[in-house]
Amino acid sequence: MLREEILTTIEKNSRVEIHELAVRLGSTDEMIAQELLNMEQEGVICGYHTMIDWEKTAIDKVTALIEVRATLQRGQGFDKIAERIYMYPEVKSVYLISGGYDLLVTLEGKTLKEVAGFVSDKLSTMENVLSTATHFILKKYKDHGTIMAKKNADERQMITP
Amino acid sequence: MRDPLSKTITGIKPSGIRKFFDIVSEMKDAISLGVGEPDFDTPWHIRDEGIYSLEQGRTFYTSNAGLMELKEEIALYLKRRINVEYNPRKEIMVTVGGSEGIDIALRAMIDPGDEVLIPQPSYVSYEPCTVLTGGKPVIIELKAENEFRLTAKEIEDAVTDKTKILVLPFPNNPTGAIMEKEDLEAIAKVIREKDLYVISDEIYSELSYKGRHVSITELEGMRERTVLINGFSKAYAMTGWRLGYACAPENILSQMLKIHQFAIMCAPTTSQYAAISALRNGDEDVDRMRNAYNQRRRYLVDAFKNMGLECFEPFGAFYIFPCIKQFGMTSDEFATRFLQEEKVAVVPGTAFGDCGEGFLRISYAYSIENLKLAIERLERFIQKLKAE
Repeated sequence: MLREEILTTIEKNSRVEIHELAVRLGSTDEMIAQELLNMEQEGVICGYHTMIDWEKTAIDKVTALIEVRATLQRGQGFDKIAERIYMYPEVKSVYLISGGYDLLVTLEGKTLKEVAGFVSDKLSTMENVLSTATHFILKKYKDHGTIMAKKNADERQMITP
Repeated sequence: MRDPLSKTITGIKPSGIRKFFDIVSEMKDAISLGVGEPDFDTPWHIRDEGIYSLEQGRTFYTSNAGLMELKEEIALYLKRRINVEYNPRKEIMVTVGGSEGIDIALRAMIDPGDEVLIPQPSYVSYEPCTVLTGGKPVIIELKAENEFRLTAKEIEDAVTDKTKILVLPFPNNPTGAIMEKEDLEAIAKVIREKDLYVISDEIYSELSYKGRHVSITELEGMRERTVLINGFSKAYAMTGWRLGYACAPENILSQMLKIHQFAIMCAPTTSQYAAISALRNGDEDVDRMRNAYNQRRRYLVDAFKNMGLECFEPFGAFYIFPCIKQFGMTSDEFATRFLQEEKVAVVPGTAFGDCGEGFLRISYAYSIENLKLAIERLERFIQKLKAE
């Protein structure tokens, strides 16, 4: 219960301080610190990331979603081919998917050309990859539960009964 | 020309909130802790249902008492939340907010001269609505030392042979006080003995932070002498949809419905369709919002304790009601100076009854980030007052 409350709170804001978290969840600093440590060690908490809207920066980023169809490998299923893909640092995520294709790969690069190059040179040429379909992301409306559009100002009356 | 106005209405003083609102609205870039409505948007599935009903062209009146489908959902909700059964055909009506329910319940039950017990501090409409019926409001001043709960003794002291109704406003706006089962049992005994009726305004019932909310209608012999008022504004963040409901035994409800029929016709149709989705699919949203409020509540209780601001721990609604008597100012003076010097708007306790003097209503229907900002300013202000 405490675990779930910690996780749902820090999922939205990983920068919240331990003491504040303890106050808000009606717990103690020690309990929270211990629980965080436990979850880090168990791999429940895998990292503390920052949500960035790169579009608002001067830094160029291109993100693509790539559908990959692959052949199963004896004794290893898709794990081996997935590993060969996810080891590349420019690959941001790899999911095994049910349906018309097998792996969904998210790739981040500086330019279209760079992403296209990765797909044609590295991904498509892998032995067990049958085919790929690359979709470039044009606009992110919502990411990790956060809506990118500007929030409305508080339109409530300043004082209401 | 003759005076066009009724003496009854001119005799009612305007809401204390109104006066403060005028000062606040002239102040640019003030931050507010003065709002009595949720900061969350109405959950999307509810809004979507409203939009869908408009697309379908469901833009006509509904029956006076409201959509049968909605009343059935209300009956199911009450059964699952407080385990009290109401017949959706005869004992439930849909109203324009909880506030209409309060008004028509009083109008349906009061004859001129009847006395209505109104515990204060409380929501601003009970007293004027009573006056408009010709009834006589009798104020019960709730005590900070009782955590602003209502006691049997307080009712006994206020009852006369003209007393007919007790308004029961818990969880309470503005104090955040709740009535637990033992508290209700104690007063229910007096209510039965003195043969009173109850208008139980449970609009904040979903925002209880100490176990589940207990309704007085759950207690022996109370359902038949109670009008239960509730609605969608606070639980589902639906204030602007203007939708509430009233539940009562048929003999009372049928008369309330008569007033509603002539004065209102029916509650907004779009809102009624949206509310069906709220009751069917909204339990998780309610939990999510309650958890968020609860975190803010704990945060404020802790912050007030740290800055030496006296305050009992509130377990309901989204208000906290600190005492500022130590600074030797009235609530009005404190709130006005706080607004002028730190640009934070809070509501003086006196807006909710004279016995709110010495207290402030602080709303936590704001994000933690907003609250932190306001708390910083409050702390600075208090330091300054202590140094004066």
